[in-house]
Amino acid sequence: MKITLKVWRQQNANSKGQFKTYVADHVSSDMSFLEMLDVLNTSLIKKGEEPIHFDHDCREGICGMCSLYINGHPHGPQQTTTCQLHMRTFKDGETITVEPWRAKAFPVIKDLVVDRTAFDRIQQAGGYVTVNTGGVPDANEIPIPKKIADEAFDAAACIGCGACVAACKNASAMLFVSAKVSQLALLPQGHAERKERVEKMVAQMDAEGFGACTNTRACEAECPKAISVTNIARMNREYFSAMFSSYEVKVGGGGE
Amino acid sequence: MKWLIDLFTSTLGKKLMMALTGLFLISFLVIHCTINAMIFFNDGGETFSYWGHFMGTNPIIRTLEIGLVAGFLIHIIQGLLLWRANLAARPVKYSVSKAPANSTWYSRSMGLLGTLLLLFLILHTSHFWIPNRTNQFTQGEELPLYKMMFEVFSNPWIVFLYVIGCVSLFWHLLHGFASTFQSLGLNHLKYNGIISFVGTAFSIIVPLIFALMPIAVYFRWID
Ligand code: SF4
Ligand code: FES
Repeated sequence: MKITLKVWRQQNANSKGQFKTYVADHVSSDMSFLEMLDVLNTSLIKKGEEPIHFDHDCREGICGMCSLYINGHPHGPQQTTTCQLHMRTFKDGETITVEPWRAKAFPVIKDLVVDRTAFDRIQQAGGYVTVNTGGVPDANEIPIPKKIADEAFDAAACIGCGACVAACKNASAMLFVSAKVSQLALLPQGHAERKERVEKMVAQMDAEGFGACTNTRACEAECPKAISVTNIARMNREYFSAMFSSYEVKVGGGGE
Repeated sequence: MKWLIDLFTSTLGKKLMMALTGLFLISFLVIHCTINAMIFFNDGGETFSYWGHFMGTNPIIRTLEIGLVAGFLIHIIQGLLLWRANLAARPVKYSVSKAPANSTWYSRSMGLLGTLLLLFLILHTSHFWIPNRTNQFTQGEELPLYKMMFEVFSNPWIVFLYVIGCVSLFWHLLHGFASTFQSLGLNHLKYNGIISFVGTAFSIIVPLIFALMPIAVYFRWID
């Protein structure tokens, strides 16, 4: 296959970037999108040019590192991660435009690499369960209905890739945050910190500068892990009930 | 009190405000549409004027009207602020975007549709509501709304603008109705079907009845 690539090149966070066009001959249709870029980069290095910088790690669709906004879609035209996208999805001779995720909260570091630590800070704000470590608990000690366990598992499938932010016209992070809120709110282990968690995570999400949700559902359509917007509704419920009823304390007792 | 301010300045709280005022405005549409549809009785405006008089003079309704104006203002101002904040969340745009593949155009255009509705609202209130209330305050008398309707809708351009307003309302409601429930957190597989059915039916029926009013007057289907 022969592919023409229009790739966003940007020296660093402060410089102005622009598109550069590359032609990749001899692309195998079995290559993944990242492998195609690897081959192109090797040829750039041979020519003494600076290779194209992009994020990747596991290359098996589980880490969420690979990003890339390909031909108008996060992770390309299929509902999968960029590392799991194959060149057979494209036509011979096609021109493919590759851009970084675009969001105020995800600033470009270099070329196609963006800073997604905003997601880490949201997680650190409350996306965990505080437990004392100890012996392994018995598997059946805490009964959890199968339906609930499945729902929590589906939410936990979120890999934090940020495609939801990239797809949303408002660069909103609601799908990610709601998946993280849901996975713990649904399970008994998450109940102790349930209200505090959603309050803190939403506050951090807003502080990072993500947009608000307008329920276009673009995130759900583009999420590689098929996270549902049902989670966003659940987060809204969790948040409103937490804000209206979370525990407050007074010095000397008398909390509500 | 800090928690309440935190709530309503968060992105989720702002959406809550949009949803609550949205539902309130929807309830207003039901009443407005029902009373105005009285013109289709074709009784020379008798039933219409009876109810118009009731709405214009009943003290409870007049008090609620203050809430209605506040509802409109909150929905409009908050909507515009959210629109601006959401634009700012993506300072650099994509050069290629295939948004139509993942969402409907009207769900992405609520700001635009809302702005069209705002322009329509200004036109519409300056035809009827503002002059009528002004006259009530200054002269203590209501204006003959039924007669005024025939004057206003004798101009084909005005009729056209009213129809455009109704079409904008249709698209705005088609996304907005169901969207309010999602923003309120009311998403449940047992009820999603009925919400989307009622939402779609409402978005078609109400704007259609509204649009038929200027058209019927213009073509003298009623007199
Ligand atoms: S919700 Fe989906 S798109 Fe968003 S970060 Fe998680 S896996 Fe990625
Ligand atoms: S590289 Fe890990 S998900 Fe793509």
